[in-house]
Amino acid sequence: MAELTYRDAVIRGIAQEMSRDEDVVFLGEDVAKAGGVFKATVGLYEKFGPLRVRDTPISEQAILGAAMGAAMTGLKPIAEIMFSDFFAVCFDYIANEFPKSRYMTNGQTKCPLVVRTGNGAGSRFGAQHSQSVENWCMMIPGLKVVAPSSPIDVIGLLAASVRDPDPVIFLEHKSLYATKGEVPDGEILDKLGTAKILRPGKDATIVALALMVPRALAAAEKLAAEHGIDCEVIDVRSLVPLDTQTILGSVARTGRCFSVEENPRLCGWGAEIMSIIADEAFYDLDGPLVRITTPHCPLPAADILEDAILPSVDRIVDRVKRTLNS
Amino acid sequence: MLDKAAAQTAVNDDIGEEIRLELYRSQVNIREAEQRAYDLFLQNLVKGTSHLSLGQEAVAAGFATAMKKGDLSFCTYRGHAHTLARGVPVEKVLGELMQRDNGLMRGKGGSMHLTSEEHGVMGSYAIIGAHLPIACGAAWRAQYKKQDDVSVCFFGDGTTNIGAFHEALNFAAVWKLPVIFVCENNLYMEYTPIGDVTAVPSPAGDRASAYGLEKIVIDGNDADVVYRTAKKAFDKARAGGGPSLIECLTYRHSGHSRADPAKYRPEGELERWKLRDPIKIYRERLKQFGVTDETIAKIDADVKRVVDEATEACKAAPNPPMDILFTDVYADGGFAWRN
Ligand SMILES: Cc1ncc(C[n+]2csc(CCOP(=O)(O)OP(=O)(O)O)c2C)c(N)n1
Ligand SMILES: [Mg+2]
Repeated sequence: MAELTYRDAVIRGIAQEMSRDEDVVFLGEDVAKAGGVFKATVGLYEKFGPLRVRDTPISEQAILGAAMGAAMTGLKPIAEIMFSDFFAVCFDYIANEFPKSRYMTNGQTKCPLVVRTGNGAGSRFGAQHSQSVENWCMMIPGLKVVAPSSPIDVIGLLAASVRDPDPVIFLEHKSLYATKGEVPDGEILDKLGTAKILRPGKDATIVALALMVPRALAAAEKLAAEHGIDCEVIDVRSLVPLDTQTILGSVARTGRCFSVEENPRLCGWGAEIMSIIADEAFYDLDGPLVRITTPHCPLPAADILEDAILPSVDRIVDRVKRTLNS
Repeated sequence: MLDKAAAQTAVNDDIGEEIRLELYRSQVNIREAEQRAYDLFLQNLVKGTSHLSLGQEAVAAGFATAMKKGDLSFCTYRGHAHTLARGVPVEKVLGELMQRDNGLMRGKGGSMHLTSEEHGVMGSYAIIGAHLPIACGAAWRAQYKKQDDVSVCFFGDGTTNIGAFHEALNFAAVWKLPVIFVCENNLYMEYTPIGDVTAVPSPAGDRASAYGLEKIVIDGNDADVVYRTAKKAFDKARAGGGPSLIECLTYRHSGHSRADPAKYRPEGELERWKLRDPIKIYRERLKQFGVTDETIAKIDADVKRVVDEATEACKAAPNPPMDILFTDVYADGGFAWRN
């Protein structure tokens, strides 16, 4: 057992998989000699050498296209897109190529690859380096979409993603890189499509993802301590596949559900979850389904503005409290 | 601007009769199948869309004949020709164009996505430029695993103006990848003359120097020239010499897609190019080398018979069954996204 940062967990996760399987290769901008702009790949180049850990030009389409061609022909590439906002310049691969090739070819084409990316706000980088783009990915049939919130999940879910035979978008939250958590020694392998109940509770269910998970947990503690409201907090972890059974089971017990989403409001992942609950668990509900999201607005750079726009612990506490008391 | 040296050596007997007959058969096969696809389109039996390579047969035949088993082809939506040239049966191609159950992908992909991995046809891509980086990735795998196959990526003149082209060329050059980029310059991007939208006269050739590559512009209507040029590029790639960019000058006899009458072409242009019809050129070539009319006629008849039989088989083939509708979205064979 050791305490590890989320950042070091990324390094350990990649190293674990590269040590296990020679077909796992890694490419991206500044990832090799420089160790990544977030220092989340330091030491991999030294450990695995220049043939397996490769710096690329600033060519996001070439990075993803090359990953796909390698995946189709036998490798298991991990590709890094530095900021998830840059998905917009290589979206053809994410939207058209990775996810459709198997279907269009009647199962001939395989695409076992992982795209890792720095997602999310909190760094005061402004509207084009801070977005939460999980909803861009979730809406595309053929992709899998994963977003861990803790170091141990980073390793386990990254390993599961590398070993998965489908294309996986792996969203690392930039504001979590410095956070720490306990991680056991030895190999760690988790399972995609499994949500985790991080805090049991009986009054309301809160579903959250990535950076919103620690905020939901803090809000739950505050709601319990100050308002006597006992919340169950679920880390969704994997948007596709989506573990709806864990969520529906929780809502059946609590009768209430709140989502805490960093993505802008329209078509956020929580909307899909809420619609499933409305369809399938309507008679379990004791009140409205409430989404707490970033508003439908670009992200500002200034710290006080950025802090104001994201769902905060206080906003979560306030919405849950008002909804349950009304 | 043709490579004069290559044109002059076009009649040298370094190719040999066996390969020449294959180059001819392959071109005739493409011609016959493409013409049939057009006829079937007019009868509403080829559905959706279709992009023919009538007039461009020499490029597909020349490259495919120069390939070894295991070499990989990456095509565009104008990919019937390259798919056929790798030996995929006509029935499988026509079946997909007709969206029948006997098609290459049982109608799930359609004419723009012909794929037959067992023949080395690693997909046909309908988003302009997408497959150049993908071909780089396949070549990277060969380099990394020390396998000696080469990836060949075919695309049009219009494709040289999209970002992915430039990203892929630079990437392949920097990583010294065993990949060959083949630009089929048929003078048009869809309906617009390529010269109207391109800063240089040779859309691919004049870009080569930007990536440290040799400018190679050849007569794409002479299968011998294509074959020889391809051979050189394969040798270079297999020897670790990195990528090549080859511009093949050619012309499509049909419209861009479907039943496009191609009214945007200046009068006389098509007729001039038909004088340089690759199949006509090649028939003459065979005769120069002493191949008899009888041999040629037999190849023509054999090809026609196979295309006729394929047509009948496709007409008789059932539609795809509903039970494939939701298969192969994910690797588990299904489309489940939740529990
Ligand atoms: C990214 C993208 N933009 C536009 C199109 C529409 N489109 C299809 S074919 C084509 C022309 C391509 O010309 P060229 O590369 O010369 O190939 P050709 O059709 O002549 O073989 C265009 C613009 C597309 N499929 N993808
Ligand atoms: Mg063209």
